[in-house]
Amino acid sequence: MTTYFSLLKMRFLNSLQYRAAALAGIATQFGFGFMFISQYLAFYRVNPLAFPMGIDQVVSYIWVQQAFLTLYMTWFFEGDIFSAIVSGQVAYDLARPMDLYGKWFCQCVATRLARAILRCFPVLILGLLLPKPYALTLPSDGLQFLLFVISSILTLGVVVAFSMFIYISTFYTLSPTGVRIISSVFADFMAGSIVPLPFFPDGFRQIAELLPFAAMQNMPLRIYSGNISGMEALYGIGFQLIWLVILVTGGKLWMKKALKRVVVQGG
Amino acid sequence: MRLYIKYISIHLKSQMQYKASFFLMIVGQLLLSFTVLLGLYFMMDRFKTVGGFTLEQVLLCFAVVLMAFSLAECFARGFDLFPEMISNGEFDRVLVRPRGIIFQVLATKVEFSRLGRLIQAAIVFTYAIPASGVIWTWDKILTLVLMVVCGALIFFGLFLVYAGFTFFTIEGLEFMNVLTDGGREFGTYPYSIYGDGILKFLTYVIPLALFQYYPLLYLLDKKKDILHMLTPLLGLLFLIPCYLFFLLGLSRYKSTGS
Repeated sequence: MTTYFSLLKMRFLNSLQYRAAALAGIATQFGFGFMFISQYLAFYRVNPLAFPMGIDQVVSYIWVQQAFLTLYMTWFFEGDIFSAIVSGQVAYDLARPMDLYGKWFCQCVATRLARAILRCFPVLILGLLLPKPYALTLPSDGLQFLLFVISSILTLGVVVAFSMFIYISTFYTLSPTGVRIISSVFADFMAGSIVPLPFFPDGFRQIAELLPFAAMQNMPLRIYSGNISGMEALYGIGFQLIWLVILVTGGKLWMKKALKRVVVQGG
Repeated sequence: MRLYIKYISIHLKSQMQYKASFFLMIVGQLLLSFTVLLGLYFMMDRFKTVGGFTLEQVLLCFAVVLMAFSLAECFARGFDLFPEMISNGEFDRVLVRPRGIIFQVLATKVEFSRLGRLIQAAIVFTYAIPASGVIWTWDKILTLVLMVVCGALIFFGLFLVYAGFTFFTIEGLEFMNVLTDGGREFGTYPYSIYGDGILKFLTYVIPLALFQYYPLLYLLDKKKDILHMLTPLLGLLFLIPCYLFFLLGLSRYKSTGS
C-alpha cells in the first residue's frame, strides 16, 4: 500500500510542474464552457418546455464538466504506458516486485488528479461569478455535495479502469492509435460528454443508462446539478460501484492472460 | 507548384505503407465527427429549429464547416506540428534552404488520414444539398464553393497564427484550440445562435462567420443582396494580419539549439 501511495505522490508532484500549460488549459476550458452554454441557451429560447432538465442544471453540468475535464474524459492517456509496451520497456516493470495493473492504475489516477486540482478552481470561481444565465449554481445542500464528491471519485476509478483495457489491448495490436481514438470517442459520447444523457431520445437513453459509460461523468455531473438526488443518487453510486468492480476484475484477468503470452519487443 | 505536387505524392506513398493503420485512422476521424453529428441530430430532433434554422439547413452549415476545416487540417498540418519543429531544431534547416518558409512548412506534412472528416462532410452534403430546399442556381453553387474554399483558407490563417505564437512560447498555445477546434465544433450550428456578442466577435475579430453565417443567409434566400454572397471573399482579408503576425514572430526567432 505504501508503495502505491508514494507512486501516487511522485506522479502528482511531477504533474504539478506544468503550471503554464495548466493556465492555457484553464482559458481553453473556460472558452469552451461559455460557448456550450450559449448553444444550450439558444435551444432554450426555441422551446423551454422541451428541456428535460432545468437550464441552470445544464449550465452547472457544463461548468463542472469543464472544470474536471481531466478526471472525467477517457481521452487522456498516459503516453508513457503505450511507449513502454511498444518499445519493450515493460520488461523492466515486470521484473519489479509489484503488480503492474496497480502501478499503471495509480499512475493514471495521479496524473488526472493533479491536472484536475491545478485546473478546476479558476474555472469554478469564474463560473460562480458570472451573471445569471451563465452562472454556476452551488448544489442544493451539503449532502448533495458529498454525494457528488463520492460519485466523482468513483467516476475517476471507472474511467481509469476503462482505459486500462485500451492499454492492455496494445499488447496485442502494438499500434494503439486506431483503437484509442475509436473507443474513447464512443465512450465519451455515451457518458454524456457532447450531449447530457437526459437529452438522448427515448429508447436510446434507456440503453445508454445501463452501459458502463453511464457510470462515468454522467453520474457526478447530474448529481451536482441536482438532476439526480436522494435515493436515486444513492442508487446511481451503487451502479458506479458495481461497474468499477466488474471493470477492475475484468481488466486484471485480461492483463494476466496478456502477460502470459507477451513477447517483449526489441532490446 | 510542381515541387509541392511532388511532395504530396511522396507523403501519400509514405502513408500508404501502413495501410491498416491508415484506414483505422480514417475511420477514427470519421467516428470522431460522427458523434458530433449524432449529438446535433438528437438536439434538432427534440427542438426542431434553432435560431430560425431547420435540421437540413443546420446540416448544410455543418458540412461546410467540416469540409473547410478538414481541407485546412489536411494540408496545413505542418503548421499544427510547428511547435515540434521549433523545439527539435528542425526549423533551422528550413531557414537555410532556398525556398519560401511557408512553402516548406506546408510541404513537411500532408495528413491524408484527416480526409476521414472530408468523406463525412461529403456524405452530409449529398443529403443536405437536395434536402435544404435551396434552388441551386449558378450563383448559389458559386456561393457554396466560396464558403468551403474561403473557409479552408481562413482556418489556414488561424493555423498560421498558432504557429506564429510558437516563436514566442516554444510550445503550442492550447488556447488557440478554442478558435480552431472550437470554430469547427461550434460551427456545426450557424454562429448567430450564440448571441450578438459572439457573432460580432466572429465577424470583426476572427472572421469565421464571414464564410458561414452570412453566405448561408444568401443560400437560404433570407438575404438577397450580392454582398452576403461575397462575404467569404471579404474574410480572406484576415490572412493579411495572420501572415504579418507570422513574420513578426519569425523576426524574433531564436533557435532552441537542439
